[in-house]
Amino acid sequence: MDRKVIFMRKASFIAVATAATFMATAATAATLDDVKAKGFIQCGVTTGLAGFAAPNNDGKWEGFDVDFCRAMSAAVFGTPDKVKYTPTTAKERFTALQSGEIDVLARNTTWTFSRDVNLGFEFVGVNYYDGQGFMVKKALGVKSALELDGARICVQSGTTTELNLADYFTANGMKYDSVVFDTADEVREAYLKDTCDVYTTDQSGLYAQRSVIADPEAHIVLPEVISKEPLGPLVRHGDNQWGDIARWTLNAMVEAEELNISSANVDTLKADTKNPSIQRILGTSGDLGQQLGLTNEWAYNIIKNVGNYGESFARNLGEGTALNIARGLNAQWNKGGILYAPPLR
Amino acid sequence: MTAEAADLEVAKINKFRDPRYRAIFYQIVVVVLIALFVWYVGHNTAVNLEKRGIASGFGFLSQPAGFGIGIVLLMDYSSQTSTHLDVLIIGIINTLAVSISGIFLATLIGFIFGVLRLSKNWVVNKIAAVYIEVIRNIPLLVQLMFWYFAVLSVLPLVKDSIHIGDNFLINNRGVSFPAIIPASGFWLITVALLVAIVLCFVVKNWAHKRQDLTGQIFPVFWTSVGLIIVLPVIASLIMGNPFEINYPEYGRFSITGGWSLEPEFLALLLGLSIYTGAFIAEIVRSGINAVSHGQTEAAHSLGLSPGKTTRLVVLPQALRVIVPPLTSQYLNLVKNSSLATAIGYADITALFAGTSLNQTGQAIECIMITMIFYLSISLLISMFMNWYNKRIALVER
Amino acid sequence: MAIVKTERHEDLPPPASQTGVIGWMRENLFSSPLNALLTVVSLYVIWWAVSGIVSYAFINANFVGETREDCTGTGACWVFIKARFGQIMYGFYPVEERWRVDIGYVLAAIGLFLVLSDVVKNKKWPAVYMFVFVPVVCYFLFYGGSFGLEVVETSQWGGLFLTLVLASVSIFVALPLGIVLALGRRSSMPIVRMLCVGFIEFVRGVPLITVLFMASVMLPLFLPEGMNFDKLIRALVGMSLFSAAYMAEVVRGGLQAIPKGQMEAAKSLGLGYWQAMGLIILPQALKIAIPSIVNTFIGLFKDTTLVLIIGLLDLLSIVKAGTTDKEWVGMATEGYVFVAAVFWVFCFGMSRYSIWLENKLHTGHKR
Repeated sequence: MDRKVIFMRKASFIAVATAATFMATAATAATLDDVKAKGFIQCGVTTGLAGFAAPNNDGKWEGFDVDFCRAMSAAVFGTPDKVKYTPTTAKERFTALQSGEIDVLARNTTWTFSRDVNLGFEFVGVNYYDGQGFMVKKALGVKSALELDGARICVQSGTTTELNLADYFTANGMKYDSVVFDTADEVREAYLKDTCDVYTTDQSGLYAQRSVIADPEAHIVLPEVISKEPLGPLVRHGDNQWGDIARWTLNAMVEAEELNISSANVDTLKADTKNPSIQRILGTSGDLGQQLGLTNEWAYNIIKNVGNYGESFARNLGEGTALNIARGLNAQWNKGGILYAPPLR
Repeated sequence: MTAEAADLEVAKINKFRDPRYRAIFYQIVVVVLIALFVWYVGHNTAVNLEKRGIASGFGFLSQPAGFGIGIVLLMDYSSQTSTHLDVLIIGIINTLAVSISGIFLATLIGFIFGVLRLSKNWVVNKIAAVYIEVIRNIPLLVQLMFWYFAVLSVLPLVKDSIHIGDNFLINNRGVSFPAIIPASGFWLITVALLVAIVLCFVVKNWAHKRQDLTGQIFPVFWTSVGLIIVLPVIASLIMGNPFEINYPEYGRFSITGGWSLEPEFLALLLGLSIYTGAFIAEIVRSGINAVSHGQTEAAHSLGLSPGKTTRLVVLPQALRVIVPPLTSQYLNLVKNSSLATAIGYADITALFAGTSLNQTGQAIECIMITMIFYLSISLLISMFMNWYNKRIALVER
Repeated sequence: MAIVKTERHEDLPPPASQTGVIGWMRENLFSSPLNALLTVVSLYVIWWAVSGIVSYAFINANFVGETREDCTGTGACWVFIKARFGQIMYGFYPVEERWRVDIGYVLAAIGLFLVLSDVVKNKKWPAVYMFVFVPVVCYFLFYGGSFGLEVVETSQWGGLFLTLVLASVSIFVALPLGIVLALGRRSSMPIVRMLCVGFIEFVRGVPLITVLFMASVMLPLFLPEGMNFDKLIRALVGMSLFSAAYMAEVVRGGLQAIPKGQMEAAKSLGLGYWQAMGLIILPQALKIAIPSIVNTFIGLFKDTTLVLIIGLLDLLSIVKAGTTDKEWVGMATEGYVFVAAVFWVFCFGMSRYSIWLENKLHTGHKR
């Protein structure tokens, strides 16, 4: 009898030990400690959206959202590479964050009331101001979304997009047929194969998808924006320290652009700037980093390794990239946009 | 220790040695373990739901759905007023639509190729064999994707539609054909059709009895066809053609008017029936092989033509072997129709366990309802097939 | 003058129209007008299909090159498959670590050969090698994390490699579980029997997709907070439970074929339930069930493609992802044809093996 118990204990111990290698650590309050202990940040991203997060030919993740994860890694570890990426579909992303499978979700997710309050998340800011739009083939000769009565529209499931679409068409007394797919790639493929006339998603997504089409010029994004889609990273409710780190990582990147600190000049500025704001952000004066539970070099590491918001935008989305998105709403507040970081002091 | 106590001890030990008591003991252990497991899972779920602020219960079924649905049959649907319950019903209707048409088509394909596979004609035989061996060994999902993304999408654009006749159009948005829109007075046609069907059964029974008595054969098939065509036509003439025909026309984006079969539906239907047809063909072949050759020879010696031999002697006997595995193929077809979600057809899995689940976040309820639906369908099909199986088995003496 | 031949005339050969190629054709192809018509039509269909396929896949196809610009012919662009071959085989498994997967393949291939072929008669050690040694070694090889091997996260696994992992792990778990369920279903204990019947019929009544959905969306809700399985593990749990139910029915078929006398004889020799099952009944029952087990495995192998729907990058999904890459957009046909061909080779091979085995075992019983 006793032998049996011991044997069973042993067996269950082995089972647990084996299982543990596949398990993420507990999603308790101190995410920062967990992250430091395991030595990397588990970051939820899309399954692949050009410019935002997509594996390159070597299977390395790149993009605007990926840069945010890298910035967090730089802030916490001093180097941007201590990140592991979990590709999530629109359907799974929230479960993944809730269950602690990922530490932070940077996956062009719209900040809405119910997601913030009801699902128990904390949006740490907006890293991309977006709105839902429509893309059609130029050959159709459509100039406005109001001409889309009776069109067949391809849309991704599990998004706010589906709901906005229905609202917009009802409000304007128009009809449409929807074809629903699980991933953005499938939607694009169906649109390209002319299974549907219209592709709808956030405008950034439309530009991203257009950039990977063989002949981008044959498609236009219609001028109508039918919704507000503030996209931002989010963390679980209830761990304010970790939320603060995420929030101020984003703010530091925005603030750095406003203060003209870039990865190119950050070393010289650090050595000899007289500007107290820059001194505070780079940690040469004050102890902002320590207040976050990090080192005072945290923002310096972000800017040095990842760059400021503008650099990340230019590298992944801006003019000159395949996406070729203008800054628009995402310009700094003093340059005609609405990007406005609270002061770091 | 007294003697009685020792006896008791022995009795105790013996009780545990007794398989009957041991069985009870084991079963109690199993029940307790299962109960603990269920309690553990239930507890975790409750805690998780509470913590994540996920609502539970079936209240969401009466909330407005708020999203659009591509294919809606037999129902009115509006994204603003229709509820998730309506979404569920539409999903069920769509699943049933593709399953039932798939079952018919697959049976047809399966019987044709099953018979061809037994053909003495070497070429025909091999074609059937290649079809069966190729199709059976490729995953259905690959075939569906192939049909949807590689075949249907290379059909011409709407403006270059293939015309068959004037009003039958084929393009990459599917197949369009004229629709019959009932007007007032259409009921008589429906009634006439029903009467015709009932009459067919009456005629069949009468002919059967007459044949038993007199040996004369009555052309039941052609009479039935005539009845089914003639009666509704007469009804239609009496009411002055109480319907309008709505022809498909070119619209701004795609074909408007008429009835059309969506490419998602077509791809799913083709994929399902061709895949299941290959399995049915094998079943039919082995079923026919199971009928002893003596039966065919006896039928020939009685002077029955090869067609009649197959129809009246071989098939009825083969059916007894064929029906049970055929049932499970039908079940598979219904279950496989859930792959619709990969090619954007709005079946119950894609709509209810997909979109509704996402919008409401009530995973447990949505998946449970979906599973219960499939379980009931499985049960219904096996009940029907058992009944049918019994009926044809009764022929045996 | 003798008008009557006295010696026997040598047998004339049958008429030319009855023998040889012509006779065969008359018999098999043109025995009646309808048959002749069928033959002609079929030959046309074959010519049309074969010429179409050959010109698409070979004559007009492109094999050489790096990018889609190299595809100048009108046929298939196999360059796409070539360019993506590494990914199709291994997913995002790091290039410099792929030798680990290859070693795993070699180990498993040796094991399969030893277990399945006729070369080694005593299967004890091959079985131990195949079902204990190989899985353990492969786990450490593929996942890493010890013996100085770098950890390769399961999210980087993909392609044919992932398909094979999914299929083999599922079958590995499903077979014992299926045996237990089958025994439970035939058990004399009503509660155990009820539970097993309930489980088997429930799982067999619902589509695999819903089971996978359950595993990927609902499983995290069932577990205590903080306990969290890898996505691959969740898919494996779903697939294993699903195939266990089907396996149970196959094993039950085998058990039912064993005459009751076997069990009675075993019991009369004083063997207990487990001894009788393990030594007498199961070896016979499983032997009978092997062809059906292989068939179930073929079904399971084909079903692994469904993990596409929960976002794992198996063979089908990685090819599909490739066809949506901007460099290769529009290569859907090539991609699906390639995937279909790979699956066909595996499944057809397995089904042939199962037929061969069936014949082999069949003669064994006749003797």
